[in-house]
Amino acid sequence: MESLDLLWGGLDAALTPTNLMYAAIGVLLGTFVGVLPGIGPAMAVALLLPVTFGLEPTPAFIMFAGIYYGGMYGGSTTSILLNTPGESASVMTAIEGNKMAKRGRAAQALATAAIGSFIAGTIGTLLVVFFAPALADVAVEIGAASYLAITLMAMVLVTSVLGSSRLRGFISLFLGLTIGLVGLDLNTGQARLSFDQPQLADRLDIVVVAVGIFALGEALWVAAHLRRRPLEIIPVGQPFMNRQDWARSWKPWLRGTALGFPFGAVPAGGAETPTFLSYVLERRLARKHRDEFGKGAIEGVAGPEAANNASAAGTFVPLLALGLPVTATATIMLAAFQSYGIQPGPQLMTEQADLVWTLLASLLIGNTLLLVLNLPLAPLWARLLRIPRPYLYAGILFFASLGAYTANLEAFDLFLLLVFGLLGLAMRRFALPVLPLILGVILGPLMETKLREALTISDGDLSGLFNEPLAILVYGIIALLVVVPIVLHRLRPDLEPAALVPPEDGATTNVDWQEVDR
Amino acid sequence: MSTSTTDHGRASADARPRDLPQLGLAALLAIIGAFTLYDATTLEVGFADPVGPRLFPYVVGAVMIGLAALLVVATLRGDRPEEEGGEDIDLTHAADWGTVLKLIGVMAFTIATINLLGWPINGALLFAGSARALGSRTPIKDLIIGAVLSVTSWYAFYVGLGIPLGAGILDGVL
Repeated sequence: MESLDLLWGGLDAALTPTNLMYAAIGVLLGTFVGVLPGIGPAMAVALLLPVTFGLEPTPAFIMFAGIYYGGMYGGSTTSILLNTPGESASVMTAIEGNKMAKRGRAAQALATAAIGSFIAGTIGTLLVVFFAPALADVAVEIGAASYLAITLMAMVLVTSVLGSSRLRGFISLFLGLTIGLVGLDLNTGQARLSFDQPQLADRLDIVVVAVGIFALGEALWVAAHLRRRPLEIIPVGQPFMNRQDWARSWKPWLRGTALGFPFGAVPAGGAETPTFLSYVLERRLARKHRDEFGKGAIEGVAGPEAANNASAAGTFVPLLALGLPVTATATIMLAAFQSYGIQPGPQLMTEQADLVWTLLASLLIGNTLLLVLNLPLAPLWARLLRIPRPYLYAGILFFASLGAYTANLEAFDLFLLLVFGLLGLAMRRFALPVLPLILGVILGPLMETKLREALTISDGDLSGLFNEPLAILVYGIIALLVVVPIVLHRLRPDLEPAALVPPEDGATTNVDWQEVDR
Repeated sequence: MSTSTTDHGRASADARPRDLPQLGLAALLAIIGAFTLYDATTLEVGFADPVGPRLFPYVVGAVMIGLAALLVVATLRGDRPEEEGGEDIDLTHAADWGTVLKLIGVMAFTIATINLLGWPINGALLFAGSARALGSRTPIKDLIIGAVLSVTSWYAFYVGLGIPLGAGILDGVL
C-alpha cells in the first residue's frame, strides 16, 4: 500500500510539537469563529486566511486543516443550540438537533454530532488518500480540451442544479467571471477592466473578494434585519452519550459517511443533497423510533452530521487531483493554496507530494484534536452564543477590515472590501447565491487559460475543443444536466426538482415531512 | 414543503407587488456587461494566439447583458427574490437601511484616514463606531474593547507574523 506509506510519512512530518500546536490553534480558532452565529465555515476560513500569511506552507496548511474542520463543527453547534442553521448543509442537523436540545438532550445531540463528524471525517480523509492519487494519475493524461469541459461541468452543476433559481445562479456566476477578468491578461500582459489602476491590473486579491462577499456583505445584511428579540439559547452541560445513544448512532454515522463522501467527491457541489438524503434514509429505516422523528431523534442528527463531514472530506478529491473546488469553503482553500504559489491539479501530487501528504495527515490530526478539545469545551462554546449582537457584528467588520488591510497594507484594499461588501449585500437582498460567484472568480481565469491552450494547439480550429473522447463525454453529461430537468418539468409539471432541495430559510424548518415523502 | 419558497415566479405573481428595485439590479448588470464589451474592444490581439484576450470578455459581457434582459422580463412577470435568512436575521419587519448607511460611513472614514491615523487608532474607532451604529449605548466601554482588539492585533501581526500594519501617527510610540 504505497498510499499508506506516504500517509505515514506525512503523519511523521506533521506530528512535531510545533505543528501540533498550530493544529490545535487552528481547531480552536476555527471552532471559535464557526460557533459565532451568522458565521458559516466558508466565512470562517476566509476571515482566518490572513492569520496564516506569515507562516511557512506546511504549518500554514496544518493550521488550515484545523480551521476547516473546526469551522464546520462550530456551525453544527450553533444550529443545534439556536435552531437557525447558518448554512444549508446544517438545516437537517438543526431540525432534529434543536428538538433534542429542547427536550433536555442537548448534550447527547452535541456528542453524536462531534463523534459522528470525527468518524465521517476520518473515514473520508482515508478515502481521499486512496482516491485522490488514483484520480490524479488519470488526470495527468487529461488534455486542455477535457479540462475545459470538466470546468464547465462544475460551473453548470453548481449554478443550475443546486439552488432555487437558475437565472439568479447564472447572474451570480457571470458576475464572478467578470470579477475574474480584472487584471493582466496572462497571455498578452494587457490589463483588462482595470480603470488604469495599478492595484487592479495586478489582479484582485481573492482574500479581499471573499471576505467582502462573505463577511462584510453578511454583516451589512444582518445589520439591515437585526432580530429585535434575542433568540432562545438552550443551556448545555458536558456532552455525553449512554449505551442506547451509541447503539442508535453508529449505523447512521456509517450510512451518512457512505452517502456524503461520493457527493463531495464528484463535482456535484455541496453537502446539501447528501445531508437531506441521509435524513430521509434514517427516518425510513428507524422503525422503532420513527415517531421520535420531528421531535428530536438522535439518528436524525447522527446521519446528516456524518454526511456533512464526509462530503467535506470528499471535496478534497477534486480539489487536490483536478484543482477543481466545488464548495465555497473549498474555493477559499484553493485561494489559500494559490497564495503560496501552489496550483492544485494533477501535477501537484507528484511535484509537491510532501505537502499533499502532510496536508492529508494534518486533516486526520485536526479531526482528532477537534474531538479531544471540543467535547470538554462545548459548554464554553455555547456561551459564545450569548455575545451581544452589536459586538459580534462590529467584531466581524473589524476582522474583515483587518484581513483585507493585511493583504497589501493599502487603503485601496479597504475600498475594494467595501465595494465587494456592498455587492454581497445586494446579492443577499436579491437572493443571488454566493457559491457560483466565488467559483466564477476562481475558475474563470483557469477556464480561459485552458480554452486558449486548446485552441492554440489546434491553431484556432474549433475541433480542438472536441478532439478528446473525455471532453465529448463530459459535454454529453452537461447537455443531459441541462435538458433532463426541463423535459421532466414539461412532462410532469407537478414533479418539482425544487422539492428535493431542503429549505434554506431557518424560519421554515418546521417542514411538513409527509409531503416530502410523497 | 410549500413550493412558494423555491418557485418565485408562479406562486407569488398575483399575491404581491412586483419587486421594482430588481430592475435597478438588471440595469447595473447591463452596464457591467456593456463596459466589459467596451473594455474588450480596447485590447490588442497578440501573435500566435488564435483566441486572444478579447473573446472571453466578449462572451462574458454579452451573456451578462442577456441575463439582465431576462431579469427584466422575470421581474415584470412578478418574480420576487427569496431574501436570505440567517441566525440573527428577522425578515418580518422592514429593512433598516439607516444602520447600513452608518456602517458604510464608518468604513468610509476608515478608508479615508487609515494612512494618517494607522491601524491601532482606526481599528478601535471602527469597532466602537460599528457597535454604536448597531445599537450599543456604552461608547466608553466600546472604545476600550476596540482599542484592546486593535492594539493586540497590531502586536500579534508585528511580533507573531512579522507583518507591520501601519502605525500612522502612533509610529514610534508602539
